[in-house]
Amino acid sequence: MTEKLVIIGNGMAPGRMLEHLFEKAPGTYQVTIFNAEPRVNYDRIMLSPVLSGEKDYEEIIIHGDGWYIKHGITLYKGHKIVEIDRTRKTVTSDHGVTESYDRLVIATGSVPFIIPVPGKDLRGVITYRDLDDVQAMLLAAQSREKAVVIGGGLLGLEAAAGLASRGMDVTVLHVMPTLMERQLDPAAGYLLQKAVEERGIKVICKANTKAIVGDGKVEGIELDDGRIIPATLVVMAVGIRPSVGLAKDAGLAINRGIVVDHGMQTSDGSIMALGECAEVDGQVYGLVAPLYEMARVAASHLSGDRSASFVHSDTPTKLKVTGIELFSLGDFTDGDDREEIVLRDASAGIYKRLVLKENRIIGTVLYGETSDGAWFNDLKKKATDISEMRETLIFGQAYQGGSPLDPMAAVAALPDDAEICGCNGVCKGKITSTITAKGLTSLDEVRAHTKASASCGSCTGLVEQLMTLTLGDTYSPAAVQPMCGCTELGHDDVRRLIKAKGLKAIPAVMQELEWKTSCGCAKCRPALNYYLVCDWPDEYADDYQSRFINERVHANIQKDGTYSVVPRMWGGVTNANELRTIADVVDKFEIPLVKVTGGQRIDLLGIEKEDLPAVWADLGQAGFVSGQAYAKGLRTVKTCVGSNWCRFGTQDSTGLGIRIEKFMWGSWTPAKLKLAVSGCPRNCAEATCKDIGVICVDSGFEIHFAGAAGLDIKGTEVLGLVRTEDEALEHIVALTQMYREQARYLERIYKWAKRIGLDEIRRQIMDDADKRKAYYASFVFSQKFAQVDPWSERVSGKDKHEFKPMATVGFSQAAE
Amino acid sequence: MDMNWHQIGRIEDIPLRGARCVSTPQGKIGVFRTAENEVFAIEDHCPHKGGPLTQGIVHGKAVTCPLHNWVISLETGKALGADAGVVKTIPIRNENGVLSIALESLLMAAE
Repeated sequence: MTEKLVIIGNGMAPGRMLEHLFEKAPGTYQVTIFNAEPRVNYDRIMLSPVLSGEKDYEEIIIHGDGWYIKHGITLYKGHKIVEIDRTRKTVTSDHGVTESYDRLVIATGSVPFIIPVPGKDLRGVITYRDLDDVQAMLLAAQSREKAVVIGGGLLGLEAAAGLASRGMDVTVLHVMPTLMERQLDPAAGYLLQKAVEERGIKVICKANTKAIVGDGKVEGIELDDGRIIPATLVVMAVGIRPSVGLAKDAGLAINRGIVVDHGMQTSDGSIMALGECAEVDGQVYGLVAPLYEMARVAASHLSGDRSASFVHSDTPTKLKVTGIELFSLGDFTDGDDREEIVLRDASAGIYKRLVLKENRIIGTVLYGETSDGAWFNDLKKKATDISEMRETLIFGQAYQGGSPLDPMAAVAALPDDAEICGCNGVCKGKITSTITAKGLTSLDEVRAHTKASASCGSCTGLVEQLMTLTLGDTYSPAAVQPMCGCTELGHDDVRRLIKAKGLKAIPAVMQELEWKTSCGCAKCRPALNYYLVCDWPDEYADDYQSRFINERVHANIQKDGTYSVVPRMWGGVTNANELRTIADVVDKFEIPLVKVTGGQRIDLLGIEKEDLPAVWADLGQAGFVSGQAYAKGLRTVKTCVGSNWCRFGTQDSTGLGIRIEKFMWGSWTPAKLKLAVSGCPRNCAEATCKDIGVICVDSGFEIHFAGAAGLDIKGTEVLGLVRTEDEALEHIVALTQMYREQARYLERIYKWAKRIGLDEIRRQIMDDADKRKAYYASFVFSQKFAQVDPWSERVSGKDKHEFKPMATVGFSQAAE
Repeated sequence: MDMNWHQIGRIEDIPLRGARCVSTPQGKIGVFRTAENEVFAIEDHCPHKGGPLTQGIVHGKAVTCPLHNWVISLETGKALGADAGVVKTIPIRNENGVLSIALESLLMAAE
């Protein structure tokens, strides 16, 4: 006698299960299917090609009506099951149809996750799950207006590409810093974003949706930073959740999904579950390969073969957007017991990363060129020992036995119009063509003929690489000290290339300059962060996580993990009110040590990190701002009392010091910057051992620079004499900006000056008025973004996670 | 040894490539989140001179101590490179973004 098999859901998993079942045990069951969607089984994976217009609905049907007739299946289209009665063994649909079963299979799939924001129910807000959604999108796309896709994962990007190809103006909002962060590392995420943007789709990462706004229908999206993005269509593609409501109401065991064993059996012996709604070993699945595996196992069990068992396996991810090649598989996080092989080809936009553990591949990310994905997948599956082919593994199957990477590829990939020498405006093409045309063979000759590397010299490394590229092995350049173990390039090369290639984010630098690691190290990340902030003050968003702790919490860490706080005291001048406030703060927070610093201000030592915001709030009330005693930026301007009080004073040195400090605090510099202004050559402010110093004289202001009184002791050099205070400020600011643009991270001004040459600095700052004014203007522009008091920002709540423990646990139990 | 699991918050409470600390009777524990969205918990105490590791820069699966730049593996707690030393690792669980760490019940029971 045939048994009655009822299936709730008509997606790809039960469809595949029936195919296996009819093959293994034809005629065993009389099958009834309830489908909440009013249609037959179609290939859900191909919805994106339907949306983009590359396929029609008819082309993605898996089982046409004829198939159901042929197998004697009763298919209820548009019937949603509302109740399972496990004692009577029946199911009932929303249209009132009740069917009894001997065996029941639940395949309710998943429901899209709707983020709970105001306006989520407005007309024009849709999800991306089934054909109805696609049809709604196609209808909306006819308007060719603006669409916003919330979610930069697989589904969201496919929806965005589809809508864009239908003529809509699309913006993708993604809450994480890089796209598809579950499948891709940040490097590949960067390349993906570039490719998506090249299709005219705008991408906003770290975007938190606050509300969907509109009157009756969608008019736009409001982000929590206050930005409004206009849209007439909003697609939510932030993820899916197993659809378990029905099984839950029936009293089956539920966790994230419907809990099943390795044979797809639920907690009720007559009921199985499979597909996206099923959970095996704590895992739920959304990609088709494991769902088809579930279908195979379920069919075996239904046909009486109980040996089949579902086994977890990693499934590669691919994005179905024409022209974007990406492949991700397995575990690609790095770690001690793991090694990675990274290949970056900046000119071709290729990124490949293999993660190895004990000489076996455990994870793969490929971008731009994915043809070896299957081969790597195979090596991973078979746990093949790759030590024999390690050197060439990353080049793929076809290249076994090829030669290893060319370290000069990044420079070779530069376009001819990339500017190599910033001082003299010389491009790559000019250098290489001059070398060839004039038969140049030495660096001095190249300097003489092209002027490249002839001024500050910071592009010397690049010029030498170009000489090697052009002349071949006959030229051997001087060795460049690499920035760190993550790259072969030196600091100067990296700075120059950031400018030449217009790189504006850390992942961009790492990709385009072919970094050897995926996320850098504690040496290169803070340096890159500085270079980018310096070069693109308005466009680059500071990478908080690449800052040293002192610059994150705006206080100085001490050996016991407490912090010291130094409020700014302009020019070293204070008053009774400020001193009273400091005294009160010391009492209130029981600050253990109060000390006067060498920079004419007061240091409060031994403050617990948790107390910092409260300390700043009290100091802020009295008008104090951060003294940035931790910053690679302007620290202090030390002054003497000058002509206002001193019988020898020639100028108002205190006033000038305060003016300089107020003008220059804020922007980062390569290393700390300490200034001083003395009112006469007796030099009570000790200006002649500072990074920049001023000695006032009757005829004006003598500007000094490049002193040191730390590891090295060195008197300053004279930059020149200027007549007025305004001129003094302009010269000092211009010198600082020149240093900001050219020095290596952590290089103090005296070391930079020694490398560049004092004459060159004097020429640019003292003699070349245009150059000086340009430097001055650049610094002023940078200050527009940098002069924000970090303390008041944090008192008002910025980065508050920094100052509080995440949790306090374990104590209450102990007290009981 | 018996383990007691304690919920400490959600993964989003920790910045990517960042860390937060958790106060426990066993002392401060650092909870780290890598660029790849993995979480680790180790004692917030550098084996060199006791620096607070949660305040360091997180890169790959390691953190650089803010005091003297030792690099500590988040996975094993061992100092990397030429330095030798180890901090205790703490079991941590991530269930749908909800993080829990395990404390030793022996210490918990101490009244």
